[in-house]
Amino acid sequence: MSDPTTQVVASTGRRFLPLMTAIAIAVVMFVFGSLRYEHFGSPATLSNILAGYAFVGIAAVGMTLAIISGGIDLSVGSMVAFTSILIATLVQKGLHPLAAAAIALAAGSALGGMMGAIIHVFRLPSFIVTLAGMFAIRALGFLVREQSLGIQHEFYSWTSRHATLTLGGGAAIPLRTMIFLAALLTGMLIARSTAFGRNVYAIGGSARNARLMGVNVGATTIGVFALSGFCSALGGFAFTLYRRAGDPAAVVGLELEVIAAVVIGGTLLSGGVGGLAGTLIGVIIVGLIRTIIDFEGSLNAAWTSIATGMLLLAFVGLQQLLATMMSRRARDRRM
Amino acid sequence: MDKKASLASRIGPALLPLCGIVLLIIINIIGDLLRDPSPGIFGPGAFLHIEWRAGVGLIGAVIDILNHSSKIIILALGMSIVIATRGIDLSVGSIMAVAGAIAATLTVSGMPALAAIGIALAASIACGVWNGALVAGLRLQPFVATLVLMVAGRGIAQMITDGQVVTFQDPLLAYLGNGRPAWLPLPMPLLIALALLAMTALVTRRTAIGMLIEVVGDNPRAARLSGVRAGTIIAGAYAFSGLCAGVAGLIAASNIKAADPHHAGLMLELSAIFAVVVGGGSLSGGRFSLLGAALGGVLMQTLTATMYARNVSAEVAPLPVAMIILLVCIAGSPAAREWWRSRRRGVPV
Repeated sequence: MSDPTTQVVASTGRRFLPLMTAIAIAVVMFVFGSLRYEHFGSPATLSNILAGYAFVGIAAVGMTLAIISGGIDLSVGSMVAFTSILIATLVQKGLHPLAAAAIALAAGSALGGMMGAIIHVFRLPSFIVTLAGMFAIRALGFLVREQSLGIQHEFYSWTSRHATLTLGGGAAIPLRTMIFLAALLTGMLIARSTAFGRNVYAIGGSARNARLMGVNVGATTIGVFALSGFCSALGGFAFTLYRRAGDPAAVVGLELEVIAAVVIGGTLLSGGVGGLAGTLIGVIIVGLIRTIIDFEGSLNAAWTSIATGMLLLAFVGLQQLLATMMSRRARDRRM
Repeated sequence: MDKKASLASRIGPALLPLCGIVLLIIINIIGDLLRDPSPGIFGPGAFLHIEWRAGVGLIGAVIDILNHSSKIIILALGMSIVIATRGIDLSVGSIMAVAGAIAATLTVSGMPALAAIGIALAASIACGVWNGALVAGLRLQPFVATLVLMVAGRGIAQMITDGQVVTFQDPLLAYLGNGRPAWLPLPMPLLIALALLAMTALVTRRTAIGMLIEVVGDNPRAARLSGVRAGTIIAGAYAFSGLCAGVAGLIAASNIKAADPHHAGLMLELSAIFAVVVGGGSLSGGRFSLLGAALGGVLMQTLTATMYARNVSAEVAPLPVAMIILLVCIAGSPAAREWWRSRRRGVPV
């Protein structure tokens, strides 16, 4: 018989090794940037990443839960673009930005929930349904308005003047960073301390076992994709705070950055394992990649997607390696 | 008897896309007649009007659709094989952009077109082998493995062209997408697609390869245990899909005499998946129908052409198209199949 303590230690090791690697990589990247470029090694860099990547991070909160549930949501980029142009158009029509954001959040949740329902009822792979959603929702944005639209509203100037915390060293926390951190904390609470959160982990571990234990798999799947749609829509609102505009053609390929952030943060693509603390580190790393490429200047912007893709692959490979090692060790122990 | 049954199983999957194509053609004819009844059904300007023009060959809306569907047909051939192994290849659109970028940049820099085409196709196969290595070697989920190249591939294409749209004048490269051979009155892309279809069908159905592909997709474990080299088959499937994407990418660049790293092949991965599913392929692997997939590709292009003919803008057209794709996937899903089966037997659901 195996010793239960070693098993616990082993599984914690498996759980935390990728996260520790991620933190180490973030630190190395930050030190590398600070040594190489002037003005890099300051708190402002970090706060700029959190502010510039707030909408990525908010979308990543929903994506984390979708991936933990054993699925994936490829429609996040389109959803951010669609809700951003929806909000901009509604504000131009005279609606208050908060009311416009509420409508966008409802639309995002409804679209996400619909995709979840299709995934569950027809037992289709989530990547097919959300890939179709990715194209359909992008087109929906163009249906709202074919060009980008700037937002002029006193609410937006008010937020940048009054809803920004200024810290020392040029660092600042604008409203969109606060929304990101609030979404992250709420996501953690949902994942850790609610029945819904436990169900998400359960169906990601094994949908069949979860069903046998009495988990309502359908409601959980629909809920998780509705939540992901909600988060992407909130990301779209954060995007309008960032750019002061809505743009139906914006953030093509965002899904890769979001998935990379989640996976780098230690969430397993096979579902059932992961958490939101890691996603924060993942978002910072993905942001650091782009910041370093920006500071480098001579590098083509295309490098961002290549570097992000490679890092994603490296981490998936690491997870795979750990999983094989763990199952081998478990087999040895049984013998 | 056995031969008849296998013939039926080959043609059966082609019926659904065929019905779809006929339906769309009828919609187009009625739409055109409502707008302007003067040309009739086959007269000049009508949807079904086909004309022989000396020195060019056959021209008409139907020929145009067949011509433009050739890229989707070619992608669908590779996608059929990949999906049959229980995989998916999301990177085909990006590989198209890479192939076009390589061929255009090299010919502009003075390389002979044949060499440039060879290098572009070799690079496409290399992209496919990379996907295959990740799926078969590292055992990554196919959609994750190919998602990386789907996004990063466009970055690679942008790096090759330095972010620009590269236009070229090379006659041979332009011939691929716009030419018509003197001895056959049809557009070159369609001929390439038909040749690839025939070759793929020959190789998969006249040898054991097709069966091995289906065995690997149907039950990978059983296939491995019975001595099938599943890894090699899977890697080969992705390499073939890469090659198909490369050919389609060359045609796409040739069509507009330019390589556009941002837009070449955009959304075509979804179109190819649609073509495969509507043509009788199952997303859970284990079977494929090349004829069905090819007709699925024609159906997809007919659908897009119908959108444009009804004045839906290019940006908005993906909305109805994606909805229809989703509906077809739903109709082909295991849940829907079970429902149909139980209905036919009269068993309450």
